[in-house]
Amino acid sequence: MTAAPAPAAGVALRISEVGMRFGGLWALSEVSFDVEHGSVLGLIGPNGSGKTTLMNVISGVYKPTTGSVTYEGRRIADVPTHAVCHLGIARTFQVVKPFASLTVRENVAVGAMYGRYGGKRSTRASFERAQELLEIVGLARVAERAASDLTIPDRKRLEVAKALALDPDVLLLDEVMAGLNATEVEEALELLRDVNRRGVTLIVVEHLMKAIVSISTTIVVLAEGKKIAQGAPSEVLASPQVIEAYLGSRWVKRQAALKEIEAQRADAVRVQPPEAHG
Amino acid sequence: MTVGAMQPAVATGALVIDALSAGYGDTQVLWDISMTVDPGEVVALIGSNGAGKSSLLGAVSGVVSTWGGSVRYGERALTGFEPDRIVRAGVLQVPQGRRLFGSLTVEENLRMGAYLRNDREVDADLERMLKLLPRLRERYGYLAGRLSGGEQQQVAIARALMARPQVLLIDEMSLGLAPVLVDQLVELLAQIHATGVSILIVEQDVQTALEVSSRAYVLETGRITLSGPSEQLLDDPQVKKAYLGV
Repeated sequence: MTAAPAPAAGVALRISEVGMRFGGLWALSEVSFDVEHGSVLGLIGPNGSGKTTLMNVISGVYKPTTGSVTYEGRRIADVPTHAVCHLGIARTFQVVKPFASLTVRENVAVGAMYGRYGGKRSTRASFERAQELLEIVGLARVAERAASDLTIPDRKRLEVAKALALDPDVLLLDEVMAGLNATEVEEALELLRDVNRRGVTLIVVEHLMKAIVSISTTIVVLAEGKKIAQGAPSEVLASPQVIEAYLGSRWVKRQAALKEIEAQRADAVRVQPPEAHG
Repeated sequence: MTVGAMQPAVATGALVIDALSAGYGDTQVLWDISMTVDPGEVVALIGSNGAGKSSLLGAVSGVVSTWGGSVRYGERALTGFEPDRIVRAGVLQVPQGRRLFGSLTVEENLRMGAYLRNDREVDADLERMLKLLPRLRERYGYLAGRLSGGEQQQVAIARALMARPQVLLIDEMSLGLAPVLVDQLVELLAQIHATGVSILIVEQDVQTALEVSSRAYVLETGRITLSGPSEQLLDDPQVKKAYLGV
């Protein structure tokens, strides 16, 4: 991220006909979609719909039972996890996994040292890189603390910093906003937008619809291991199938209420006398 | 899900927290907390990460040591009790992150909920639980650690109900769950509430918390800074700005 690369046009990641079977259960079946360079893809679906499994397939933890994943035209389904990381795909974990006894800075330096450009970096340069990243994610203030001392929002930030230390082109984020309050979610979104502006393609798994809608260019919806919708946020969220499988009736009610409030606000602005604007 | 499927465990008294202070080691995290959950009431506790919400539930449950003040349920003082005695008194927590026994089956987890009981109705209650939550019947023999997040939360709540609590403390029920699953849990809460159990919920999803509760307290850096009817708090400019992001 030091020299921000101009986002190359075209497909970064192609998921085609991916199926993943565990025993008798197909956790994923025939899932296909493309992820464009420089885009933000929101991946949503009920718990157990296969989102994390798909993350595991893309990052090389699982080898898919059927289908393939290609990254810049290269098949990565048979590539081991560390090699996937060295190709430029990094991820975070839903249950954060810091090295608890290392400091925050050391945690990030490990990524910088052993990640994509790790071999070319001295220990010193790795620590400098770690420091830069801690400043970007807002953790410089706790750089010397043990990772186990961090609060929940800070652990999530550390998880993102560790992944960024691997110098990814594509970053998979598995529920990095779960457990954050409204203000903290705003901060996290700012951070992710900043990372995306630096040319990193994002795949974001999240249940906070406000966050998903505000950051995604495209949303893909999984249900019971199958893709049930794909498109721009406004199209996907209006789909009756998505409402039934994922969003639920309370969400629809809330949206209707919000629209009404906005309409009232707009009316209130319209009826302002002209001098009120001066 | 029908109300009749559940064995009612009716709250007989109010949970009263009076001038409670608590902390860890030398660090105080709660100051002068006073709040009440009346019999059969649903109350919400909201606040930022690190405000002390989980510590407060911990202090009520006896897993965080109290420094001063008192916790009472009905006529009984609970302050300083061991957690198991608090459970026996009818006050039970569904912890954040579910804390299931991941290597035990769903059935075993549910039976663990009834660990302190010595009546003969445990099997009947198990059956009621499976009627209430049909998904758990399908998953009965599965290891709890293998279930999806929504299923795990159902197990966590059902395990708590197996103890026949009169007051249920639920920490971050909706965390990491799809909106449609939160809808189902809200429905489940309504079912539990209808049997007469008092409920205190701690929620990051403030909108949901205020929708399902009749009253709420706002906790900020270890102190109660605001309280009132949930409907009013939903309209409160301070709450809207800090917690609802509108």
